[in-house]
Amino acid sequence: MKGTTASIMKYIRTEVFPTPFCAGCGHGILLGAILHAVHQSGLDFSRVLFVSGIGCAGWIPSPHYNTDTLHVTHGRPVAFATGAKLFNPELTVVVIGGDGDIASIGGNHLIHAARRNMDLTVICANNMVYGMTGGQAAPTTPRGARTATTPTGNLEPPFDLVRLVAAAGATYVARYSVWHVRPLIASIKKALQHTGFSFIEVLSTCPTQYGRRNEEPTPIGMLRALKQNCVTVKRAEDLSPEELVGKTVIGEFVG
Amino acid sequence: MGPRYKTRDAGRSGEAELTEQSGWTKVPSELEPGRYFMQGDEACAEGAIAAGCNYYAGYPITPANEIMERVCQRFMQLAGRVFIQMEDEIGSIASVIGASWAGARAMTATSGPGLSLMLENIGYAIITETPCVVVDVQRAGPSTGQATRPAQGDVMQARWGAHGDHEMVVISPWSVQEVYDEAIHAFNLAERFRVPVILLMDEGVGHLRENMEVPAETPVYRRSKDSSRPPFGEAEVPPMPAFGEGARLLVTGSTHDAWGYRRTSSPQAQEQLLERLASKILNHRHEIARTHTHLCDEDDLDVLLVAYGFTARSALAAVRLARAAGIKAGLLRLTTLWPFPDEIVERVSARARLVMVPEMNRGQVLREVRRVMQHAVGYNKTNGEVITPLEIWQAMQKELAL
Repeated sequence: MKGTTASIMKYIRTEVFPTPFCAGCGHGILLGAILHAVHQSGLDFSRVLFVSGIGCAGWIPSPHYNTDTLHVTHGRPVAFATGAKLFNPELTVVVIGGDGDIASIGGNHLIHAARRNMDLTVICANNMVYGMTGGQAAPTTPRGARTATTPTGNLEPPFDLVRLVAAAGATYVARYSVWHVRPLIASIKKALQHTGFSFIEVLSTCPTQYGRRNEEPTPIGMLRALKQNCVTVKRAEDLSPEELVGKTVIGEFVG
Repeated sequence: MGPRYKTRDAGRSGEAELTEQSGWTKVPSELEPGRYFMQGDEACAEGAIAAGCNYYAGYPITPANEIMERVCQRFMQLAGRVFIQMEDEIGSIASVIGASWAGARAMTATSGPGLSLMLENIGYAIITETPCVVVDVQRAGPSTGQATRPAQGDVMQARWGAHGDHEMVVISPWSVQEVYDEAIHAFNLAERFRVPVILLMDEGVGHLRENMEVPAETPVYRRSKDSSRPPFGEAEVPPMPAFGEGARLLVTGSTHDAWGYRRTSSPQAQEQLLERLASKILNHRHEIARTHTHLCDEDDLDVLLVAYGFTARSALAAVRLARAAGIKAGLLRLTTLWPFPDEIVERVSARARLVMVPEMNRGQVLREVRRVMQHAVGYNKTNGEVITPLEIWQAMQKELAL
């Protein structure tokens, strides 16, 4: 593994280290995974534009990535990215955002960009909670989970982002987690090379705001839970609905 | 009506001075030069196209639809111009800002309800110094109000709608000709000062049809793209490279330093940024502000009307009625509403016994006029109908106790 991290350091503004992420945050893994995918794709980094909104995940590219970054208002990165991509189609445009940014306040832009099959790669870091603002419930928070605004357990069902975006018309749709780094990197590579709307939901971990209020307060425990609870699309085909309760299906859904 | 009258510029003429500076060129107008019979909304689209607008994102709304439809049809005839109908007004202004950073001369158009939705991202354009033009064809509000009726109720929304302390450039044309001319001016101000510019039309001007002239050439200001200088500081108006040019731009709506690094808890960074964002407009308010006097002799004036937009047309007719009755009346017409031309209003109104501000709202510009001329009075109408010349003339007579 030695040398792997070194290979992506040239894409990072290391002068801004340390990152602002909490100890145990999953977003650092995703920060690296995206750069590995860029590196392995052989893309000219100066022609890659990263657009992000408000929230912890918005800080993955901005200011860390050493190329053009556009850090915008809450929920709107997909719409900003649409303008940049339409005016300069030569740019590879990647949107990185959290579940609140992309799927709650930005939900309308998400489904319409998918419907248009806009040539963007959207990576949604889903930690199931509003981390930056103090751990409030998100539209991705599981039923029963405790958050700052659901102290007795969440009453609402969460969005299944993969099914939502696939139904809206996206032409590459996948879900992985920050535990499943190698397939995640391969998926991001595919998304970067795909022409059309690519969407990858990346299950991430927030021990600070989510884990500590629920069953698994430790970073490593949250990562182990991702390992245990995720099943691949292929394996899920052989499981009954009862066996799939509490499991998250990962893999490629469209494309 | 409007363009037939000879006008005298009461402010300093900005354009002549600006053409001396780098960044200015003249390009052939996209339309054949000559006279056209055109609608205000269509003239807005044509002015934008003449100014080099090459990105338009919009969402349908009355009474601004004709701008988007005209742009859509005309862009299909022209190379290198991008049109998209977005999912809502928030997406429209967001994609306009994204396109502007990709190098576009970008624009959107809407009415009051859509402007309300755009305001957060207009604030983003202010703090990131993103050139763009936002057209608001005002209609009667608040909320859905009366979608097809004229009003001038968005003057303060245009000024203060985006949260946080900031300056704005807002232009309010009175004729189809001026819509065309000021759409061009709006683009050039946006590019020159790296600001969002609001072209504040109203339903009356937007749906008006009259003659206008297209000149052979259009003055165009192009932004500096020097990537060796910081894009968010040092210079009063810093250079703005585009995405994909290797400038490694860090663009953020958070408070930032000259190179774009977030400085979210530094009092100095916040103060310096806000100071520069304000002063780059205020230091140039004389060249930004456009006002016109009509039938107005400042040194021998009893009654001064201060008006803008469609209402200025009725005000000029009212001045004629007053002059026919032997009253020394004149009109000061504000084409630029923000930054408010305080000094010009103060100078022109200095000797007037009566200063009256007719407007289709409850006194939004009147309050500004009163800051410099305390005895100014308003004539206000908010029933979704335009103010007529006779109404202003009668209000004038009442104030003068004739």
